[in-house]
Amino acid sequence: MSGATITASQTVPAPRLAREIIRPALIFIALALVPLLAKLLSAQYLLDLGSRVMIFAVAAVALDLIVGYCGLVSLGHAGFIGLGAYAVGILSAEGFGDALISLPVAVGASMLFALATGLICLRTRGVYFIMITLAFGQMIYFIATSLALYGGDNGLTIASRNTIVGLPLIKTDLALYYMIFLFLLGTYLFCRALVSSRFGRVLRGGKVNAIRISTIGFDIKRYQLVAYVISGGLAGLSGFLLANSTEFVSPAYMSWQRSGELIVMVIFGGVGTLDGAIIGSAAYLLSEAWLSGLIENWKVVFGPILVMVVLFARGGLIGISAKLWRPQS
Amino acid sequence: MSFTLLLIQTLNGLQLGVLLFLIAAGLTLVFGVMDFINLAHGVQYMLGAYLAVAFYGIVDNFFIALVLALLASLAFGLLLEFLVFRHLYGRDHLDQLMATFGIILFLNHGVRELWGAAPLSLPVPDALSGAVRLMPGMLYPVWRIVIIAAGFGVAAGLYLLVTYTRIGMLVRAGASNARMVSALGVNIELLFMIVFGFGTMLAGFSGIMIAPILSVEPGMGDNILILAFVVIVIGGIGSIRGAFIAALMIGLVDTLGRSFSVDILRLVMAPSPARMVGPAIASMLIYVLMAVVLYVRPSGLFPARGR
Repeated sequence: MSGATITASQTVPAPRLAREIIRPALIFIALALVPLLAKLLSAQYLLDLGSRVMIFAVAAVALDLIVGYCGLVSLGHAGFIGLGAYAVGILSAEGFGDALISLPVAVGASMLFALATGLICLRTRGVYFIMITLAFGQMIYFIATSLALYGGDNGLTIASRNTIVGLPLIKTDLALYYMIFLFLLGTYLFCRALVSSRFGRVLRGGKVNAIRISTIGFDIKRYQLVAYVISGGLAGLSGFLLANSTEFVSPAYMSWQRSGELIVMVIFGGVGTLDGAIIGSAAYLLSEAWLSGLIENWKVVFGPILVMVVLFARGGLIGISAKLWRPQS
Repeated sequence: MSFTLLLIQTLNGLQLGVLLFLIAAGLTLVFGVMDFINLAHGVQYMLGAYLAVAFYGIVDNFFIALVLALLASLAFGLLLEFLVFRHLYGRDHLDQLMATFGIILFLNHGVRELWGAAPLSLPVPDALSGAVRLMPGMLYPVWRIVIIAAGFGVAAGLYLLVTYTRIGMLVRAGASNARMVSALGVNIELLFMIVFGFGTMLAGFSGIMIAPILSVEPGMGDNILILAFVVIVIGGIGSIRGAFIAALMIGLVDTLGRSFSVDILRLVMAPSPARMVGPAIASMLIYVLMAVVLYVRPSGLFPARGR
């Protein structure tokens, strides 16, 4: 009986096939073809932009996992990105430049931090949760600015990209692009599997009605903590990729505005869809690239667009496309 | 760590504390009464400072500029409420985050467009410039004392307003259960508008008061906003009293922590690591404090009842 009510409350207008297979497949095919396009137009910046989109998409998918499926709005996720990036930066400065070391450290450190802070954050709800995640994000930010040994405020330049098992596999931008691509694909598939598993059902049930889920006998906080730790670890992965892509780390990666941007990406695409987060990340970064070419203070235009999206386009880009889709079919 | 220095830093901490209170008071009411998360509160503080500089350029008198800037802040707050905020009250926190984030982007870069990115300054009014001798050998700027006094004055006024007037009663009732207040026939939308306008005016006021000390620049509201959030979360959302106590606490802890962390650490460790660790610990201190408070009391020190 309870299973039936859960599924009934989740019916989404778009057909399941389009939602879970065709749309993500199109996104990933498009992303896979970007280097080809860059080659044809001989536009290197497309490759860089594509990498950036995918790196932030990893973090945005991670954020959507807890925002869209647990109802936990974190305004501190940039902190995990920074943690992952600094893991790469610091290890490389200390002479450990292999991904076999830096990747597990980046993800592990983020997960540990998520575990420690999650235990405190999850005691609170709603606005308090937003604020306390923000506070922990700021905490990491200030730690980074005071790391005088590793650049402090100015950040830290990484001598060279990580090697993989000692081999310079991601030396070229193209190889790096496809490594990021694979990580994004893995992140997406992992999160997709997670939310449709039994674990994900409990999370979604907890989002709809936490009291009911607890009454059935699930310790919802424990489920949410696991989701939070996974989300933090994936954001750390995004930081690992970011550090390798820019070959530079700086406290600016973890400023709270960055966390705000991640939220914007998730909402932009459509909350609780996972692939929407990828679309949102692309939409955000592409409009940044486009608008900043048009006017110097492009955010003067972009800010009102965000307000408009909230006021008039509920459900984000995916929501709009679903609305446009429905009358025809 | 001389006694004079301690006293001066305590006063500086108080000054930061009352400043934070002026910002947090509006924020906590908007949060508490409307369950509305307003990231744009910090840019309203910034806007207050900019407006004061702009009006000072026209009228060349600090006090007239202060009044004009206050009125302009209020008008702008009400305009924002009318255009954007009132459509978001019943909505998800997520939507509110994104819309107010959009307003931050707009205003931060809007002032850059209008006034340029270079920091501006506002002179301290002549009558209140200079310093007073608090003790032999200890001078303290008059303007900082004025800020402290103004902060305490506003706090007292707010306390009277909230405790003894009808509108204050409605605000308290709204913070504890807005739907019930609405059901009893109170025009809750008007109440929201008043609270919101008042909150923005207070934020603008604090921006004007601090403008002579700090440089007025784009983004100046962003960091203070985070501090104000820490304050209202520690104090308990919707509680003016909580905001006041937490603001003073944060102001003192932050200021004293920054001034004395290195000295205190040097008692237990060698000077050079102390110099490195000290500033890091000092800037984290308030967040640690917040985490501890929320761990012990998940809804702050003085939660408004009924939520």
